[in-house]
Amino acid sequence: MYEFDWSSIPGALPFLWAGMLRTLQITGVAIIVGLVLGTVIAILRLSKNWLLSAIATCYVTGFRSIPLVMVLLWFYLLVPQLIRRLIGRSDVDIRLFSAFVAFSLFEASYYAEIIRAGIQSVSRGQVHAALALGMTGGQAMRLVILPQAFRRMIPLLLTQAIILFQDTSLVYVIGLAEFFGVAYNTGNRDGTLVELLLFAGAVYFILSFGASMVVRVLQAKAAP
Amino acid sequence: MISMISIKNVSKWYGDFQVLKLCNTEIAKGEVVVVCGPSGSGKSTLIKCVNGLETFEVGEIVVDGISVGTRKTNLPKLRSKVGMVFQHFELFPHLKVIQNLTIAQRKVLRRGSKEAKEKALSLLETVGLAAHAGKFPAELSGGQQQRVAIARALAMDPIAMLFDEPTSALDPEMIKEVLDVMVKLAEAGMTMMVVTHEMGFAREVADRVLFMDEGEIVEDQPKADFFKSPATERAQQFLSKILSHGAQA
Repeated sequence: MYEFDWSSIPGALPFLWAGMLRTLQITGVAIIVGLVLGTVIAILRLSKNWLLSAIATCYVTGFRSIPLVMVLLWFYLLVPQLIRRLIGRSDVDIRLFSAFVAFSLFEASYYAEIIRAGIQSVSRGQVHAALALGMTGGQAMRLVILPQAFRRMIPLLLTQAIILFQDTSLVYVIGLAEFFGVAYNTGNRDGTLVELLLFAGAVYFILSFGASMVVRVLQAKAAP
Repeated sequence: MISMISIKNVSKWYGDFQVLKLCNTEIAKGEVVVVCGPSGSGKSTLIKCVNGLETFEVGEIVVDGISVGTRKTNLPKLRSKVGMVFQHFELFPHLKVIQNLTIAQRKVLRRGSKEAKEKALSLLETVGLAAHAGKFPAELSGGQQQRVAIARALAMDPIAMLFDEPTSALDPEMIKEVLDVMVKLAEAGMTMMVVTHEMGFAREVADRVLFMDEGEIVEDQPKADFFKSPATERAQQFLSKILSHGAQA
């Protein structure tokens, strides 16, 4: 029978913790940029201007039709070239930066669809009421539509954030030491890969499960 | 007689379907005009054309000397001067009652928050809801919500008020509290265009009654004439239908 050897975990905890911080950092950046960019894309998609709407549709469809791993690798290979060309330097930590960019852009495409549905769920009457008070289209969007839309979308946005949190483990393909990467490398080095991956899995499970409980509470609150 | 709202030869189509057919009327400053007619007759569409919430293809609408339908018109500015009350209230559910009344004052008219708040509270007082300032719209009854909506429109110091079936979504026992506020407003000299089936309200405060059917303004008469002897058969039929139950008339 297989003998579990958990002895390498306590010593690895500081590194695992640092890895978790990096994971949360990537998740956080992708959520924030994804929300901002996703909102812009959602508004463009709903625009009456067919060109803007078409561009936004291409963006969303494009990113949703490509595996995340490939987006990550592309950016890992492309971004250094770009930066070198733009600022003439190549000594920046390109892995973290390309992870930020890739996850943000990828996330924006998913958030854009959630936000678009949220915006469309706000009734036309609300838009009319805002406009009738003399608000411009932009004011109506900012002061009336988006606040209502976001309230309704919070559970969906959080669920998507949980998926994103788990997806960050994919950055191991570009050799970035986030939580999963640290666990994998430590296990490999000490010959305790199974134990470390079980441990990492448990941590992902606890955090994701905890977060989805929060989502459930929020959903129950949002329901009339 | 100073013209406040002038509607000239207005026509509108949804695809092949013509919803408004050469509508003409004038509403003078201080006048109260009731628009009635069967559902689907274009009443709501017409009133929404007045502040540009709906567009129209042909004709001209001039409000306080400003043409609504042209591209150059600063519609937000025009709308800020024309209050509108909707069938389904359309209070902003994420804002408290007081914020519903202050948001456009602050963001559109650029009033200071103290001034906006004072104005809001005094208007809530007028409609009898000062005690509810800190509540959310969902905590109020339909009648209360509609009174808040009227106060919200009045907070902008409008030169005219448009009402689009303001009592149609209300339970019968709440209709009166809303109509009372509207009657007070009419008596205070506000220019009002009111789409409604409340013939009691029309009898009490209207100067003129417009009757619409199939996109046309079929009748445009002083209220006494309209109720005594409607000129067209369609209006007679309509009146006999809604008056036969006699509830509000």
